[in-house]
Amino acid sequence: MYKKANAGHVGCSLSCLEMITFIKFELSAAEDELILSKGHAAALLYSVLAEAGMISEEEIDTFYQNGTYLSAHPPVNKIKGIPFATGSLGHGLSIAAGLGLAGKLKKSKKKIFCVTSDGELNEGSSWEAALFIAHHNLTNVVWFIDRNYLQGFGRTEDTMKLDPLDKKLESFGFQVADADGHDFDSLRKAAAQARHAKPLAIICNTTKGKDMMLENTVDCHYLPLTEDDYQQLIKNL
Amino acid sequence: MRKEFAEAIINLSKSNEKIVFLTGDLGFMALEGVRDLLGEKFINAGVAEQNMATMAASLAYEGFIPFIYSISPFVTLRPYEQLRNDICLHNLPVKVVANGGGYGYGIMGGTHHNIEDIGSMRILPNMQVFVPFTGTDVSESLQEMVNNGSPSYLRLNLASKQENITGFSQWRKIKSSGKPKAIIIGTGTVVDNLFQLSPDLLEALQIWLVSRFPVREIPEELMEDIERTRNVITIEEHQGQCGLNETIASLLLKRLNTPIGYNTLFASGYPSGRYGSQLWHLEENNLAGKNLENKIAEFISKTK
Repeated sequence: MYKKANAGHVGCSLSCLEMITFIKFELSAAEDELILSKGHAAALLYSVLAEAGMISEEEIDTFYQNGTYLSAHPPVNKIKGIPFATGSLGHGLSIAAGLGLAGKLKKSKKKIFCVTSDGELNEGSSWEAALFIAHHNLTNVVWFIDRNYLQGFGRTEDTMKLDPLDKKLESFGFQVADADGHDFDSLRKAAAQARHAKPLAIICNTTKGKDMMLENTVDCHYLPLTEDDYQQLIKNL
Repeated sequence: MRKEFAEAIINLSKSNEKIVFLTGDLGFMALEGVRDLLGEKFINAGVAEQNMATMAASLAYEGFIPFIYSISPFVTLRPYEQLRNDICLHNLPVKVVANGGGYGYGIMGGTHHNIEDIGSMRILPNMQVFVPFTGTDVSESLQEMVNNGSPSYLRLNLASKQENITGFSQWRKIKSSGKPKAIIIGTGTVVDNLFQLSPDLLEALQIWLVSRFPVREIPEELMEDIERTRNVITIEEHQGQCGLNETIASLLLKRLNTPIGYNTLFASGYPSGRYGSQLWHLEENNLAGKNLENKIAEFISKTK
């Protein structure tokens, strides 16, 4: 998709590829919701939803084209499996908090899986949501953080230091688990740590642009795939 | 209008289980009854309006009719992107309730005023803006808001004393005149100040009230009045841009073939840089008292 569209945000999808795949195909029941707060990884979400039969191959071919529903960030009210348009950072965890609250009021078993980036934790609204989820003990919300240490124009720790992130989350009232965000076994073990006494936040240690030649650089946030990069990624797959 | 609002919410909630109420940590001496009735469906979301607005979108997505409540600027301008992206773009029926639009918070100062609310809300996609005039308008607005299935904004203020004006609707002719020298089109409780004008001046005015935005057309009866009088004055406790004035001006431009007298009364902000009661700010902005009287007299004489 990225190569055909000559589109950027490749690295942003590669950092959470295993995470989204794990949530959608292993962790989620049919009624559960996946909120991709880091909407700039939309292409990954589209391809996962296509694999799940929720977007057609023909629709996937329209990605980034004029007249597509598949814009660079998830669209409004058009795709099953995408309840909310995202892309402006710092909204997703509040969406999850609201869905979690609705589930509590309706006494439903629905779970809400929310994937945020680490850079978007600069947004104050993320912390408003974190306070709310913890205070109301919304254990039906599971928060995955794509901890790749890179954001739009630099490293997270040079921009606005987040570490020690685990301590911050614990102090907010979360049960915190660590995972290798590229390893399914590690993700599985982290998700299994949910004790339901507190909402679970999983810090998924990841590499932005995993396996790209531009791996772990800001460049892989923006630049489209070169032919060499494309061939290398295909080879690694 | 807070009292009328609380009573109306209590009544609506008794027959509608979908109503959920979120407040941004406000409602002291007003919302206790709502809290007691709604129980777990009354949520103090804290001083965190961005999260409150987005959570309300999620609650609406799940089939609830959520209300979010705070002082006007805190529930509109602070979470503006959340209102646009999460509520309005998705056309979710979240009800935004603002206490004290305009200069309603008086001496509390500029941070607590909102003379940009109608404009900023009416331009959001799918948003319906309700500006009640009297106490009974509040409950009728709320009934309409609960039934309309759309994002909605409610501006609460000090209710007008003109209790004979009933039947909430978008347009109401609230005062006739045998020989009108001007048609006044107003919105909100500031229109109440027109009824304090000297009897001779008031007699020369025909008054129309707008209570819901967006406004798509001008009623034919009003157009006929305007064609006869050819003198229009708008009045609003709101900026001159984006509110009632520009709404009416753009609609009239489409309908009129020849120019008419057209003047506007609006909130220009803080001309002296000083603060006072709501009435004090209205007077400073020619929206109440002697200043309002003089301006209207001037507009009428100018266009004779």
